Amino acid sequence: MTNIQNMKPVKTTYNRRSFLKSSALSGGGFLLSIGWLSSFKSIDNQSVTNLPPNWNELNGFIKITADNVIKIMSPNPEGGQGVKTSMPMIVAEELDVDWKNVIVEQADLDTKHFTRQFIGGSQAIHQGWKPLRNAGATARQMLREAAATQWQVPVDEVSTELGILYHKKSGKSAKYGEMASAAAQIPIPKEVKLKDVKDFKIIGKSKSNVDIEKIVTGKPLFGIDTQRDGMLIAMIVHPPAMGLKFKAIQNEDVIKKMKGIKDVFPIKIFNEGYEKTFFDTLNFNEVVAVVGNSTWEVMKAQKALKIDWEPIQSSTENRNMLGRKLTVKIPAGLESSTEHTEKLAEMLKKPLNVLRKDGDPEIAFKNASKVIERTYTGPFLAHNCMEPMNFFAHVTDEKAELAGPLQKPEFTEQALSARLEMPLDKIDIQITRLGGGFGKRSYAHWLLEAALISQKVKAPVKLIYSREDDMTSGIYRPAYSATYRAALDANNDLVGFHVKAVGIPESPLFPNRFPAGAVDNYLAEDFTIDSNITVGSYRAPRSNFIAAAEQSFLDEVAEATGKDPIEFRLDLLKKAQEKPVGKTNDYDPARYAGVLELVREKSGWEQAKSTKKLGVSAYYCHDSYAAHVLDIEVKNGEPIVKNVCCAIDCGIVVNPDTAKNMAEGAVIDGIGVALFGKMTFTKGVPDKNNFHTYRMIRMNEAPKKIDVHFVQNNIEPSGMGEPAYPPVFGALANALYKATGKRFYQQPFMDFMG
Amino acid sequence: MAKYNLKINGKIRKVDIDPSTPMLWVLRDHLDMPGTKYGCGMAQCGACTVHLDGTAVRSCSLPVSAIGKGAITTIEGLSENGTHPVQKAWIEHDVAQCGYCQSGQIMSAAALLKDNPKPTDADIDNAMSGNICRCGTYLRIKEAIKTASKN
Ligand code: FES
Ligand code: FES
Repeated sequence: MTNIQNMKPVKTTYNRRSFLKSSALSGGGFLLSIGWLSSFKSIDNQSVTNLPPNWNELNGFIKITADNVIKIMSPNPEGGQGVKTSMPMIVAEELDVDWKNVIVEQADLDTKHFTRQFIGGSQAIHQGWKPLRNAGATARQMLREAAATQWQVPVDEVSTELGILYHKKSGKSAKYGEMASAAAQIPIPKEVKLKDVKDFKIIGKSKSNVDIEKIVTGKPLFGIDTQRDGMLIAMIVHPPAMGLKFKAIQNEDVIKKMKGIKDVFPIKIFNEGYEKTFFDTLNFNEVVAVVGNSTWEVMKAQKALKIDWEPIQSSTENRNMLGRKLTVKIPAGLESSTEHTEKLAEMLKKPLNVLRKDGDPEIAFKNASKVIERTYTGPFLAHNCMEPMNFFAHVTDEKAELAGPLQKPEFTEQALSARLEMPLDKIDIQITRLGGGFGKRSYAHWLLEAALISQKVKAPVKLIYSREDDMTSGIYRPAYSATYRAALDANNDLVGFHVKAVGIPESPLFPNRFPAGAVDNYLAEDFTIDSNITVGSYRAPRSNFIAAAEQSFLDEVAEATGKDPIEFRLDLLKKAQEKPVGKTNDYDPARYAGVLELVREKSGWEQAKSTKKLGVSAYYCHDSYAAHVLDIEVKNGEPIVKNVCCAIDCGIVVNPDTAKNMAEGAVIDGIGVALFGKMTFTKGVPDKNNFHTYRMIRMNEAPKKIDVHFVQNNIEPSGMGEPAYPPVFGALANALYKATGKRFYQQPFMDFMG
Repeated sequence: MAKYNLKINGKIRKVDIDPSTPMLWVLRDHLDMPGTKYGCGMAQCGACTVHLDGTAVRSCSLPVSAIGKGAITTIEGLSENGTHPVQKAWIEHDVAQCGYCQSGQIMSAAALLKDNPKPTDADIDNAMSGNICRCGTYLRIKEAIKTASKN
């Protein structure tokens, strides 16, 4: 599979043709619905084919009551990345209101008013920056014009501050609320002026999570908390192994007689012949549903169910990957991790698909004074969102009402519409807070299951996955391996670089990323190995593996050249900046070097590197740059991370404390996954099904201290959900080398501490 | 089925229910108190932590039949209006990311501070290592516990 991260952001032009629909509301307020349909035009047709329709479009709502309460709708799902706070902050900044008076409300899926209503690719703030600012500025301009008309003064003389309109000369003033109805009648301004960055009052000042009080008091915020009158509880049973499918229920009568149980039946998720899209899953298409009055009763029935399974046949699936047609082969068989390891190693010995070639790598390696070759592997990983998968559905002949946690509701709605043969306008999806997403909730098998179950039992239903169902139902981070080779000349200069990467069933390679562009002779090859283990996006897809491999390798190459690892990278980046090789490099060498320099300074690298066990790593992805230095020690065979220093360049930092929280989380989660994360299979059966066997990082294993520093600049903001994650793995591997004298080539590292 | 008079957040709540039902599902499904969360169902993650007579317990592994006369406190009953020192510290440190694990974290932290009002870092690690946070908010949780311990 490919993923969003692969899509280069398209260049956009803003043609200021925003349109505005306005309607007077009862109660003296007004509602501005600001749309940017057609306001962003892609000028890069090639990349458009890779993008979902309307990629760059976004809408927002601003609602102002007569007594000056400002309601800002937050269109994107909130899964812990803080967008429900930071996106409205951007609107509020340009609207020029007091943040204290702002109420934020989560918008439902509403494709008429909003687009790109999803979590993915760390793009919410990046793509939303201009539209959200324009939303605020347009409304502010209309309020000023309304005041100018009423006061009979030139609009230029009307200023605003904290939600109040002023005409200084006459001493007149009015709250936004007082002008709101009149403003709603004003024609949409053709041009609006945006604030100067230096005048920002809200952006750049930390604001706490708008839901924090609800979270600490246990209010029902999450999909799993959904309650409705007459609601039944459903669970599913999926095949116990990848490579098996449903055959028959053995003990239907016994189950139906169990206390509190209403029904048990198989359901088919996708219809035959349906062309799957990007976010439709390939996992178990037929499962058994069991429905009853309460979770515990249904759990007991779920355990008592006896089902016959049978092997799948090899098949092909035609997929429409956001416009790109793709045929995916799904082999039959019960796969095991031992075979996967062998297959990965075997493929790496063969010539693979060449994705990029600069200069003459063959000659460079032939003439090299020294060649370094290393191979890295990363296992399948389970997402393990703390809130297990779940969805509420109430499907009748007339309409479908759904509520739950979902990263890509827009895409899911289309799949559901096709499955139920129900037009989109009859489907209503309410987005609840996500108890973690990390990519897993980009998929929505469970939503379709909930809808089909509700349709069958003719009642509102909440489908809940047990932790075991969640961990064993597929959609893992793929398993990867990569071999790196470096050619050094007699001066110890890096003259050739070769990366070969394979994955099951997805390649992890980004051929245009550093050190591409910094080495004259460069070769990048990859290959995808078919499998019936289902996979999906996982926080910083592909980067989460390839960064670890690349940054560990560069550390080893730096050592072979006798250079300091930061200096070594900076020298390469200097070359990429001054004399870049190739034209398709996807990073900005100056910003990349910027985070390395900042982390060097803030971590006290130069002073500490000879005495402490430090590891460094840097990476670029999702339009942001991050570099980490980890300071560790190893006690009784267990690594202890004493200190982590992070330097991040994500442009303007909208909500600094939340951005810091994201970086801290990325570091802690990254260390946990690098040390312990692993899903393996024995004859198609996932070997782990709950946290007693799938080890997660816990408080006592977290770093003692994490310092986060942001590069200060005025560049438009980019993502924070993912970029700090990939470089953690390499920094840890490199620090472990310093502490143990051993290089770590295979994840999870704990398996090799011995 | 059996009838129970449960003491929850200072009130008596009556349920007529299968005795093996874990307290977690009694709260969530039968008493409309969804603040206590399901994460693993096997005492591994701490998301379902409540207090039983002031001690932190995993409600997913505590059958309703085992409660007897014990007094249960859930996140909904920890304080009126979120004013418990631990809740206030959580707000001050803006601890949460997704927030799903946090009611369990708060209940574990509140039980720790009740027994040990001035915990060391090691005490905090010990008391809190049964609570998983996939978002990785552990350092903020620790800082918030220290702030709460001052109040
Ligand atoms: S749900 Fe009880 S400990 Fe995980
Ligand atoms: S805040 Fe998301 S699991 Fe803890």
